[in-house]
Amino acid sequence: MKILICISNVPDTTTKIKFVNNNTTFDKSGVQWIINPWDELALTRVLDLKDAQAGIESVTVMNVGLADAEPTIRKALAIGADKAIRINADPVDSFQVASLLADAIKKDPYDIVLCGIESCDYNGASVGGMLAELLDMPSVSAISFLNIAGGKVELKREIDGGQESIEIATPFVGIVQKGIAKDPRIPNMRGIMMAKTKPLQVLEPSAANTLTSVGSFDLPKAKAACKKIDPDNVKELVRLLHYEAKLI
Amino acid sequence: MSVLVYTENWDGKFKKLSFELVSYAHEIAKMLNTQTVVLSIGNVAHDELQKLGTYGASTVMSVDNDCCKNLDNQVYSHIITQAASKADANIIILAHNNIGKALAPRLSVRLKAGLATGVLSLPQSIEPFTITRKVFTSKAIANIIINTPVKIVTLLQNSFGIHENQAAVQIETFNPDLSAVTAKTVIKEVNKVTGKLLLTDAEIVVSGGRGMKGPENWGGIEELAALLGAATACSRPVSDEGWRPHSEHTGQTGKIIAPDLYIALGISGAIQHLGGVSGSKCIVAVNKDPDAPIFEAADYGIVGDVMKVLPEFIAAVKEIKQS
Repeated sequence: MKILICISNVPDTTTKIKFVNNNTTFDKSGVQWIINPWDELALTRVLDLKDAQAGIESVTVMNVGLADAEPTIRKALAIGADKAIRINADPVDSFQVASLLADAIKKDPYDIVLCGIESCDYNGASVGGMLAELLDMPSVSAISFLNIAGGKVELKREIDGGQESIEIATPFVGIVQKGIAKDPRIPNMRGIMMAKTKPLQVLEPSAANTLTSVGSFDLPKAKAACKKIDPDNVKELVRLLHYEAKLI
Repeated sequence: MSVLVYTENWDGKFKKLSFELVSYAHEIAKMLNTQTVVLSIGNVAHDELQKLGTYGASTVMSVDNDCCKNLDNQVYSHIITQAASKADANIIILAHNNIGKALAPRLSVRLKAGLATGVLSLPQSIEPFTITRKVFTSKAIANIIINTPVKIVTLLQNSFGIHENQAAVQIETFNPDLSAVTAKTVIKEVNKVTGKLLLTDAEIVVSGGRGMKGPENWGGIEELAALLGAATACSRPVSDEGWRPHSEHTGQTGKIIAPDLYIALGISGAIQHLGGVSGSKCIVAVNKDPDAPIFEAADYGIVGDVMKVLPEFIAAVKEIKQS
């Protein structure tokens, strides 16, 4: 089985967010970049299955981004992906990302394509579903469990109040939720050394449309100061919640 | 022209989320001077479909077809696409839950319709269609412009609320043509808890963090939640430690919620946690560290030992509920 994990290069989750050019552009200065957490968990699970001899022939990661995404892509190789593809573009919206990925995947298809359920930069939660539709492939969303045994794929997806166990034939697009792996893999020294010689192919982007654009960004308005209540007077908190906020 | 809403049903019943989606769509339909059409897929009784009229639906299209009991993303996308065409919809509204997230992107491609996900409010303008959504895990807001004739929006649950707008509602059976698509998702088993208030549905959420010290201390959280009719939640370290199930984890990589009241007990409020709860209308924090970031996000706070505060909190709630 050939498996592709689409990875997004995102600011570290503790980044202080700033904008430039009249609040139209995210300020990348001083930002630490990471593999989008859900993508990293998907990659971890697939590598665990590969190590367990589940019948995985190759694990590829694909990113849509500029050359500055390469340290993040190399990290995916250091964790254990066999090869990487970067589509050289600075995309405007999810549809453009999905279109660029779809065009590359059509030329070199995979049995399973995995995407994280959202990315922690633009939080669109859209690329995986769009990609599946562009490829005319089935998709399963909110996957919290993946197993491959004897060529069969078993999934669990999150539903309200529980999970559904699902079987699906390949090829399909899987959109991955937390739970698929406990902790992301951390690259070891050998992995980091090997990553330097693994193939990282750069593709020039196809012509892809956009459907939306961002007019501008704002920062959330500062909240009013927290009303502090004396720890020896918890009753006062409950009184305020009842009479002032009218919430209980 | 119309605004089309897709709402799922839960064992044949709608819930507050369905009515919220219809209320929201109705408000957009007013801006466009058009009507609200709702699509329901699955076996839902006439009386139940009728309820959607209370919130402004003028037409309900009901697909009651055995092939569509289980969610298959391709089959459902085909149905919604055909409904959108029949209703001549120019705006389509779905919930920003697992099902909406699974379907909206597919619809966006099928209908060449720009998509704005997880919105919390009405569009700022219709022409151009501009709507705000949170980005960078609630650390910023983006003003999204949708440039296509058909637009798709997913609404974050409990961000708009329900509003009654009684309309004369017409219920129609809708028979989509499914000859071009087959369901490929085979459901082997369903494991779910019924009867428990879902975290995403709850108006009040009581949440515990590492300050609760261990799973054996969750009795107090459950007692307070029961008294308030609240759901229980937790921070990431708590679910990672296995003190509570992953389904309770709220935060960046867990559930994003927007309850009316969020009570954070022994949670320091890491930026990733705040990203998941900052949509709450009111946040109460109890933490022994006066510099904990949760107090930056909180409306009411107590700097103190949660182990000592929680029993007094419970007692005070009992007292006020009795008065």
